[in-house]
Amino acid sequence: MLAVMARRMAAALPTLAGVVVVTFLLARALPGDPAAYFAGPAATREAVEQIRAALGLDRPLHEQFLLYLRDLARGDLGVSITTGQPVLHDILARLPASAELTLLGLLFAATVGITLGVLAALKPNGWLDNACRVVATLGVCLPAFFTGLLLIYVFYYLLGWAPAPLGRLDAFSSPPPYVTGFFLVDSLLAGDAETFVSAAQQIALPAIALGIFAVAPIARITRGSMLAVMGSDFIRAARAHGLSRRKVVVAYALRNALLPVVTTLGMVFSFLLGANVLVEKVFAWPGIGSYAVEALLVSDYAPVQGFVMTMGFLYVLLNLAIDLLYRVIDPRVEVAA
Amino acid sequence: MSASLVHARHMLSGNPVTALAFGLFALLVAAALVGPALVPFDPIAAAGPALQPPSARHWFGTDAVGRDVFSRVVVATRLDLGMAFAAVAIVFVIGTLTGAAAGFFGGWVDRVVGRIADTVMAFPLFVLAMGIVAAMGNTVANIVIATAVVNFPLYVRISRTEANTRRNAGYVEAARLSGYSEGRILLNEILPNLLPIMMVQVSLSLGYAILNCAGLSFIGLGVRPPTPEWGIMVAEGASYIVSGEWWIALFPGLALMLAVFTFNLLGDGLRDIVDPRRRT
Amino acid sequence: MTDAAALAPAATARAAPPRVPVLDVAGLSVQFRTRSGTVHALDEVSLQVHRGECLGVVGESGSGKSVTAYAVMRLLDPAARITAGRITFGGMDILAASEREMADLRGRELSMIFQNPRAALNPIRQVGMQIADVLVRHGGVTRAEAPARAAALLAEVGIPDPVRRAKAYPFELSGGMCQRVGIALALACRPALLIADEPTTGLDVTTQAVIMDLVLGLARARGMATVLITHDLGLASEYCDRTAVMHAGHVVEAAPAADLFAAPRHPYTAKLIAATPQPGRALSDLAAIPGGLPDLRRGDLPACRFLDRCERAEPGCAVPPLPRHLSEDGRMVACRHPL
Repeated sequence: MLAVMARRMAAALPTLAGVVVVTFLLARALPGDPAAYFAGPAATREAVEQIRAALGLDRPLHEQFLLYLRDLARGDLGVSITTGQPVLHDILARLPASAELTLLGLLFAATVGITLGVLAALKPNGWLDNACRVVATLGVCLPAFFTGLLLIYVFYYLLGWAPAPLGRLDAFSSPPPYVTGFFLVDSLLAGDAETFVSAAQQIALPAIALGIFAVAPIARITRGSMLAVMGSDFIRAARAHGLSRRKVVVAYALRNALLPVVTTLGMVFSFLLGANVLVEKVFAWPGIGSYAVEALLVSDYAPVQGFVMTMGFLYVLLNLAIDLLYRVIDPRVEVAA
Repeated sequence: MSASLVHARHMLSGNPVTALAFGLFALLVAAALVGPALVPFDPIAAAGPALQPPSARHWFGTDAVGRDVFSRVVVATRLDLGMAFAAVAIVFVIGTLTGAAAGFFGGWVDRVVGRIADTVMAFPLFVLAMGIVAAMGNTVANIVIATAVVNFPLYVRISRTEANTRRNAGYVEAARLSGYSEGRILLNEILPNLLPIMMVQVSLSLGYAILNCAGLSFIGLGVRPPTPEWGIMVAEGASYIVSGEWWIALFPGLALMLAVFTFNLLGDGLRDIVDPRRRT
Repeated sequence: MTDAAALAPAATARAAPPRVPVLDVAGLSVQFRTRSGTVHALDEVSLQVHRGECLGVVGESGSGKSVTAYAVMRLLDPAARITAGRITFGGMDILAASEREMADLRGRELSMIFQNPRAALNPIRQVGMQIADVLVRHGGVTRAEAPARAAALLAEVGIPDPVRRAKAYPFELSGGMCQRVGIALALACRPALLIADEPTTGLDVTTQAVIMDLVLGLARARGMATVLITHDLGLASEYCDRTAVMHAGHVVEAAPAADLFAAPRHPYTAKLIAATPQPGRALSDLAAIPGGLPDLRRGDLPACRFLDRCERAEPGCAVPPLPRHLSEDGRMVACRHPL
């Protein structure tokens, strides 16, 4: 297993290199003159030239790339003009908020999507199956930012069940002591029920808004693969051996049916991480997505580049994790590879 | 050609959902073409008091500066569909050609194209689109380009597979024996055969392209106020949701959903006609 | 083993006097509703199997052999409907049993071995675990004891190094090994009746013989009733006590295996024998059977469904009812003009 992990990680290296190259190219493609831009509007010609030399922008492209790699190796992603802090510092501080939101959104989507898909497949053409089809057709048409607004209108404005969409905690709570950076986990670790409830109330709507978008593909794939598995020989055999319906459906059918679902998680994560940016903006969520959006609007480019690279790295790592998860579930992969 | 038209009509009569999709598509295209000439109010000038809920005079209400939301939603169709069509047209031409060349020639062409597609796929697509617009400049044209780029791997993959399975087909061998060059075979024999399957892809990815463009303008990229565009209108209405003025964000959002819904249905319907085996 | 009521039929089955059949299928008719019409898959099928006896059910693909087996197991496709008949297993009315009673019966008293052994095993569960699942479900075995019992069962079906093989996944085993696992699964709880549905399909010839000897050896040793479903008349005549020949949803002939092979009475059986390779006869002597099975969706199926392929047919053969002649020597033939 360790050898497999090492091999898969080695295989991901060219992709990571690709991420670095693309981010470098994006940095070079900045509109106008990056040096003039970084110097600010009031800078003199000499100041601009000075900055150009300091940034290494007067050197040939391949040297610039090496400089870029050197900075990267030092963890230097530049400084945000808006916050005055190093970009890496800002991103690390805000990453847990985004990660917590994304994972909870995935949890919601997977729970609802898999349940819906399984129930639909157990009774093809029943009302749940039809409901599943409607969800799968309509769900993919819902822009996450629009779902978020609808949820806010219904649950905050009309019903008053949800708190105002203003970040991770209400005004009266303070963040729990930092352990994982996930407020839900940290507040539990600190035994602080009040903060946990506040954090849960704040995260519920954005997580659902994010998750709804991913319910549709998960439900559709679960339904299809569950239908195929339920019709296969070994399920009929399991029933012929008298195994209980629960055992047949959960331990035999569902585990097999989840294999195609796991392979599509990569695509689902691509959706979720993208939609994350939009949902963070709608709910004023202090994650890396809203950080990048705020920076973008004031033409503060270093945070945006840092954000794109972080997301690229995260996504490659997530795909690696999905690949390893698949190997854990399916013993056959090892031989086929 | 007429035979396939008859076949298409047969498919439509047997499939009311696809017929509905074609109806909605016609409606959207009509709104894009003649909408701006027909709307009751100027979409970028105040037409009445601000923040009025929907009424007989303002069907979708008015926004924060008194502009007619209905007029703005209809007029925005042209820009939203235009951006999506342009993006998909670009990626259709470039992606299909590149993918077909990769699948047909194989070797280093295939490896280079595959590596480029993999690198694009290494990012969450919307995030990469953000990065591209940020780097190249905050314009509508760059939104279109970014949307085309993030769709590139999908087109390459499909057309690569299709071209690859055909590289040694009978009619290709026949063309080779008649002394045609490989490039000519690719253009004359392979590409025409890829068109039906790629058209299905065009229709399916239009929905995603619309969402992508609207998402980018929602976070403030590309389209500038007061230009009517669905994404930016939802963003403008967002701050009024918490005080109960729902109509400013709702109607452009619904228009957006309707457009995406139409293209998804259309894509599914086209796939049934072109490739009945993949019916779900 | 908590359900005392479910135990009862088994007890009767084991204690039954020799001439009361373990399984009695009487006048069973099954239809499938499909988009292109109703398929009359089985029409008044009757079969009996006694304790310690092996019944061969022979016929070409689509003759209704597997449908009969699935009806007995009550595992028919949802589109199937039983329109007539009765299935009695050890005195219990199978068609009236609740789904729960059936689940208690299956795997414990009523077992099945499938064709295509690898596909009949869960691809991502260790084979020992799959046997353990059955033992825990029926055998009163705890999860902790199950692995050792599973390995013992694997040893019984002749799998070498059973403790290690129990940890294997189906894809790591050969087809023959997979079928041995299938046999271990089916026999884990010492059932009263075993249905073997083409158990040697897809195995090579030497493995076929080994597997057949294994199944029937274990069945005889335990005094089980066995139903062997096969398209191979030679196999049936070699291993079975009695043989029933099926054609297009009818049992056309049933007789002691040796008699049937020596002196067939139904024209279809005769043609089937002529089409079976035998030692001492040239392959060129094999006769093909003309025509195919009739379309079972037809509303106007003739009484005899073999009629279009039969040289002895005459107009009267199409008129219902289909005669089913019983003779003193225990033979049945469903033909107006038997040989």
